[in-house]
Amino acid sequence: MDFQFLAKGIALAGCALGAGIALIAGVGPGIGEGEAVAHALDAIGRQPECKGDVTSTMILGCALAETTGIYGFVTGLLLIFVAPGSFMNLLS
Amino acid sequence: MEVDITGARILFDTPINLPILGQLRITETMVISWLVMLVVTGLCIWLTRNLKTENISKRQAVAEMLVEMANKFVVGNMGEKFRYFVPFVAALFATSMVSNLIGLVGLRSPTADLSTEMAWAITVFVLITAQKIKTNGLGGYLKDFTTPIPLLTPFNILGEVATPIGMAFRHFGNILSGLVINTLLYAALAVASSALLGLIPGAVGAVLSQIPILDVGIPAILSVYFDWVSGVLQAYIFCMLTVMFIANAAEG
Repeated sequence: MDFQFLAKGIALAGCALGAGIALIAGVGPGIGEGEAVAHALDAIGRQPECKGDVTSTMILGCALAETTGIYGFVTGLLLIFVAPGSFMNLLS
Repeated sequence: MEVDITGARILFDTPINLPILGQLRITETMVISWLVMLVVTGLCIWLTRNLKTENISKRQAVAEMLVEMANKFVVGNMGEKFRYFVPFVAALFATSMVSNLIGLVGLRSPTADLSTEMAWAITVFVLITAQKIKTNGLGGYLKDFTTPIPLLTPFNILGEVATPIGMAFRHFGNILSGLVINTLLYAALAVASSALLGLIPGAVGAVLSQIPILDVGIPAILSVYFDWVSGVLQAYIFCMLTVMFIANAAEG
């Protein structure tokens, strides 16, 4: 059994699984942004005249809430495009 | 199917060796940033040529509207005493927006490279810290880390460092995700169109299947969100956060 080969396989599998798991981070911002939009719609329904203010504040809040999801996405990208290469260098 | 998603390419190496950073390399990001600077400078020169006080042209009206907007944005959010921040914030916004939108003409936008945003975020971080020290004094600034109890000092330091990292990653992640998704979509549509047109029998099908006909038009729908909405919104948010953080630092 070629252990070098096995080690590379395990490293690649780990990267792929890790990338998938990292994208679970998208759940949080999804729920959070949904809540934010729901409440913004409530507010607009109650006071349609302040639609502009509510919308711009909501978009800003949504973009801020998105940050953790973006962290997950960047981690996933690093695991797919960067980590395998450095593991292969390490193991060869 | 070939999908080509890479970081910014290194165009050529210069023989200059910098002290800590190592060899100076000219990357795609730097060259396109120069282009962005040229575009922004050119726009500024074009918009501010022959200004008049009466009978203004449409061009001057646009220029006045933009300056007015920048003034309103900064003064409205930070107060009158921060009027001197208007040029900085406007420059940041213009550079960020042109950088994001330059991806539309097929160049790799400089903001899809973390170095660009990190540089901006560090600049903003220095401004925030300077403002904090100016408001509270150096002692007050350092003392601020031990509130509410000294035990929390590491967390306060972590929170302080998270500010520029968060700002940079938010902008970077949004633009890069647009780039990746667009690249994947182009590749997938090329495969789909070659499979679809390959159904035509004979030489005509063989020739037509080489042309990625589905790549025309369809990616534009996604581009509306990922390039236009995301690009403008992220530029706005980056400036908004800059303005907010500096205004908060001044309150002490």
